[in-house]
Amino acid sequence: MAKTKSLLNTDRPLTIEEVYEARPRLWLLYTVVVLIIAALLGWSGSAISYNGLANKGMEIAKGIANGLTHPDTHLLFNLTDEGVPYQLLQTVAIAVLGTLIGGVLAIPFSFLACDRIVPKWVAVIFQAVILGIRTIPSLVWALVWIRVTGPNAFCGVVTESVCSIGMICKMYITAIEDVDTKILESLDAAGCTGFQKVRYGMLPQIIPNFISTVIYRFDINVKDATTLGIVGAGGIGAALIQCMNSSRWSMVGAYLFGLVALMIVIEIFSTRVRNRLARG
Amino acid sequence: MKNNQTNEVVVRPPLFDRIFKPKTITLSNGHTVEKPMSRAPFIWAAVIAVVLISARMTGFDFRVIIERGGQLTYILSRIFHPDWSYFRGIFVEADRANAVKLFNALLDTIKMSIMGSMIGATLALPIAVLSSTNINKNKAVVWFFRIILMIIRTLPTLIIAKFASLIFGLGTYAGTVAIVVFTFGIVAKMMYESIETIDMGAFEATESFGANKFQAFWSACMPQILPTYLSYCLYSLEMNIRAAAILGYVGAGGLGILINEVIGWRDYESLGAILLGLFVVVFIIENTSQYLRRKLS
Repeated sequence: MAKTKSLLNTDRPLTIEEVYEARPRLWLLYTVVVLIIAALLGWSGSAISYNGLANKGMEIAKGIANGLTHPDTHLLFNLTDEGVPYQLLQTVAIAVLGTLIGGVLAIPFSFLACDRIVPKWVAVIFQAVILGIRTIPSLVWALVWIRVTGPNAFCGVVTESVCSIGMICKMYITAIEDVDTKILESLDAAGCTGFQKVRYGMLPQIIPNFISTVIYRFDINVKDATTLGIVGAGGIGAALIQCMNSSRWSMVGAYLFGLVALMIVIEIFSTRVRNRLARG
Repeated sequence: MKNNQTNEVVVRPPLFDRIFKPKTITLSNGHTVEKPMSRAPFIWAAVIAVVLISARMTGFDFRVIIERGGQLTYILSRIFHPDWSYFRGIFVEADRANAVKLFNALLDTIKMSIMGSMIGATLALPIAVLSSTNINKNKAVVWFFRIILMIIRTLPTLIIAKFASLIFGLGTYAGTVAIVVFTFGIVAKMMYESIETIDMGAFEATESFGANKFQAFWSACMPQILPTYLSYCLYSLEMNIRAAAILGYVGAGGLGILINEVIGWRDYESLGAILLGLFVVVFIIENTSQYLRRKLS
């Protein structure tokens, strides 16, 4: 080590071999990292025991493969309340309303939790509240709200809106902290009123970020809305899980086809819109 | 195209501006400028229409929340008065059973997510390389893997877990499989996006020395993507701990089984204690992982 260091301090240009000799040697760090990973793997492997397939595992796997290749086309293109299109539309409707309400509710929360705007202690209190909201899993929130609304799509809407607050707030706060305050100062110097400062100095900076966040969360919420159906909060999930429990694989195939198609369309749409927002 | 023509740029206005003609304003110096019509009213109309349709479809009714809002506190207040016996059991012999139940479930959840994240992230790396356009020049292979990744990402984790628990039986194995699939989809996508942004000069230089694609990738690209890769692995671990906690709801092992059980008994005080335990674990792991990720970048 001492030799390589002294080499690097000389004034003459080094040869390739000398530079290669003086390359950083991190093998100790690498060994430690690999050892830690191996230890973690060994430790976590202790809980996961493979007991072979379930009783009818192979049969079920075949059924699933069969259902996915032969989806129930009657159900897939059925336009009544039972059909896949209506269920998908309801899932999207839950996600749209949930995300919008969540996005609006998150605005006061994020301003109150941002320590650049409010006193430190207020910010800490609201950050704790947001953390508390995030810790309760969405399925438990759905159970909490079912008592208020009854088991229907409305329950999905309120659950989604409460669950979205956590993540949306986190990203809103980053957007608020990134605001360039020099613009506010120059507007101040130009003699603008408080309202004008917010309208022309703040809003143009934060609104594209806010909309982008909401669209990103909409993506996640559509996916979440499908799982909320498991506890009876509307959307496609309820029907899907029922079909899975009663082994009607071709119906499962139809629901999954619809779901995958919907998610791909939404992802493409949301990426497009967010790219346009980012480029202005 | 003829070269001697002057390059006159003809900007074709977008469809919107051809239908709704922009307003022409004549300035004091005689020049005219065009002010396109604002899109805002149309966007607002579309948003309001979508909201109204959604509200109808979901049966949204604000009065219900006001009238029956009191019911909300029924479960929430019980969750916020957790059953402390789950934690007292660490010190007191009488409550030992509850504490053992909670801690075993928590450890199972952690082990499931660590194992699943590691396997999923390891599988994701080669697929990410195969689906990045700057290293793999074969368009067909790139799009084949990208479409597969897209389909995997669209499946909700709970549905994957349900499938896994039907095939592999109830327990942690099914949960681990679900986490592997989920992690694989996410990490592979984030990785191919960042592989596409790396500096390819070193890769081409190594190839020009006669290295094959694998050698060139290993010595020229690996050092560039390794920090990002490790950071994504840690990020996926953070997400997986949260996800693993509810996988048990469909029988895939871990904390979710316990959550499902106490919800079945309407024992919301115990639910509060379990969620508190989960909160502590998530808090510790998130902070450790964020610290490590800051070190990596």
